[in-house]
Amino acid sequence: MSEYIIQVENLVKKYGQLAAVNDISFGVEAGEIFGFLGPNGAGKTTTINILCTLARPTSGKATLNGFDVVRQQNRVRQSIGLVFQDSSLDDRLTGMHNLRFHAMVYNVAKSVRDERIEQVLKMVDLWDKRNNFVRTYSGGMKRRLELARGLLHYPKVLFLDEPTLGLDPQTRNYIWDYIMDLRKREGTTIFLTTHYMDEAEKANRIAIIDHGKLVAMDTPAKLKRMVARDIVTVKTEDNDKAAENIRTRYQTDVKKDGDALVFDVDNGEEFLPGFISESGIKVTSISLRHPTLEDVFLEITGHEIRDEEVGNSLKEAIRHGGPMRH
Amino acid sequence: MRNLIGVYTIWYRDVLRFWYDKARMFSALLFPIFFLVIFGAGLSRSIGPMAEGVDFIQFMYPGIIAMSVLMGAFMSGVSIVWDREYGFLKEVLVAPISRISVAVGRTLGSATVATIQGIMILVLAPIVNVSLTVWMVVALIPLSFLLAASMGSLGILLASRIKSTEAFQAIMQMLMFPMMFLSGVFFPLQDLPAWMSVIVKINPASYGVAAIRQVVLGNPPDSPFTIYLFGHTMGIWENIAVMAAFGLIMIILAMWSFGRQE
Repeated sequence: MSEYIIQVENLVKKYGQLAAVNDISFGVEAGEIFGFLGPNGAGKTTTINILCTLARPTSGKATLNGFDVVRQQNRVRQSIGLVFQDSSLDDRLTGMHNLRFHAMVYNVAKSVRDERIEQVLKMVDLWDKRNNFVRTYSGGMKRRLELARGLLHYPKVLFLDEPTLGLDPQTRNYIWDYIMDLRKREGTTIFLTTHYMDEAEKANRIAIIDHGKLVAMDTPAKLKRMVARDIVTVKTEDNDKAAENIRTRYQTDVKKDGDALVFDVDNGEEFLPGFISESGIKVTSISLRHPTLEDVFLEITGHEIRDEEVGNSLKEAIRHGGPMRH
Repeated sequence: MRNLIGVYTIWYRDVLRFWYDKARMFSALLFPIFFLVIFGAGLSRSIGPMAEGVDFIQFMYPGIIAMSVLMGAFMSGVSIVWDREYGFLKEVLVAPISRISVAVGRTLGSATVATIQGIMILVLAPIVNVSLTVWMVVALIPLSFLLAASMGSLGILLASRIKSTEAFQAIMQMLMFPMMFLSGVFFPLQDLPAWMSVIVKINPASYGVAAIRQVVLGNPPDSPFTIYLFGHTMGIWENIAVMAAFGLIMIILAMWSFGRQE
């Protein structure tokens, strides 16, 4: 019945009285990048844990690659790869050992095992370090090794739970290059959670979850259009008169911000040329800002996505021993 | 078949980790030497012979082998808690192998390592004037393995229930030390105060220690080192049977409990 690779229907997970996930339904199409956003404690991790068979739903149903996440756990597990925000590597063994272990439990045929390991290790530039113990790796290297490991058994769906949290921008870019490349070559579906809005923009569709409920789901562009208009910031020779003009002519609310005026309009690019030529007052500077996912998030959930996150990234940085090295 | 590969992989990782952890290997040998040397030198003169032709160090020696096995076995639970702490447990739990094979692999892995740790103590035999025979070594391997697997399953059972590292370590120490000290490692189990005698007989480790001692020091029916249970002298096979029964119950509980955890 489903063209969806992940299908979630009326999923509920209760811990005691508290519903961490409260009756959510959605579908993820094969091959898409699906962004899953929400503040901490919104039910993101619980949903992912259910889809990965790490937690059992209280009620409702979820299938992945056509397999039921409760009744066909091993089939589901075989279909997915995971990159967690917290390391799940064995740091007392080498990178090579970690991958061999993974290949064995995921039943990668012996004949292709070594070749496959070499391929993924070269992809993340860790082939030269394969015989080093993981505890000697930097934070970025560990995350790349996890990515290599998550891909080793050619999963249908790759779960990326904050895949680049706490990494430096250069490493983040590297990791995204690998992910995009993989998706192109293998058609892997990617299920992503992130706090970086520029990463969320890469998603084909985004679902926003808050207090255990799915509150919005659409493409990034449509979400932005839904909640916010383009924002114009303008400076003129006579701000008071200009503000009056804008109010009467365009029926929009104008705010003063220092020596500038701020207001929003529907379609900024088309609005600007007309506005400049028709206003009758000399415009000294003008800028246009499109709403970001950050604005969408704020509008829909009432808080900023990073609110509670500063503490976490700090913890992450400390755990990895100070500033990140590449 | 799939589950056998799972068991093998989990087992293999435990052995591999032990192989690369030279510090652990070293301390597994050093700790028992301390006990033998310090207790042996300190006590053997004042205690005198324990039985016909057996001095205190010789008496203690098989106990120390058993102690090494016990300490190695208890590591199985500790390492699961560590894996949870460092995240690796998640990789294991989302792998397409059954939880039961994870628990079994873990038990066998730590039992293998514990057996190696116990057998390593045999190199000290010449120092304490115990003569080893091939039969002795051959018998000690499965015996140590059985003792380790039984105690290791208990550790895995606890680790699947107790999620916090601190709580687990506290409980482990509360269990491990009484189990070790009240199992006949350091003193014979006869003529003990009544309360202690009861604890010793309840302690499953006692039967493993007794069996190992019976292998190393011989098994005469009137040996002063055996356990009397309900007026009956426990022979080596009876000790093994108690061990095996305890081990079987523990591993079934461990598999059940580990399989249920989220």
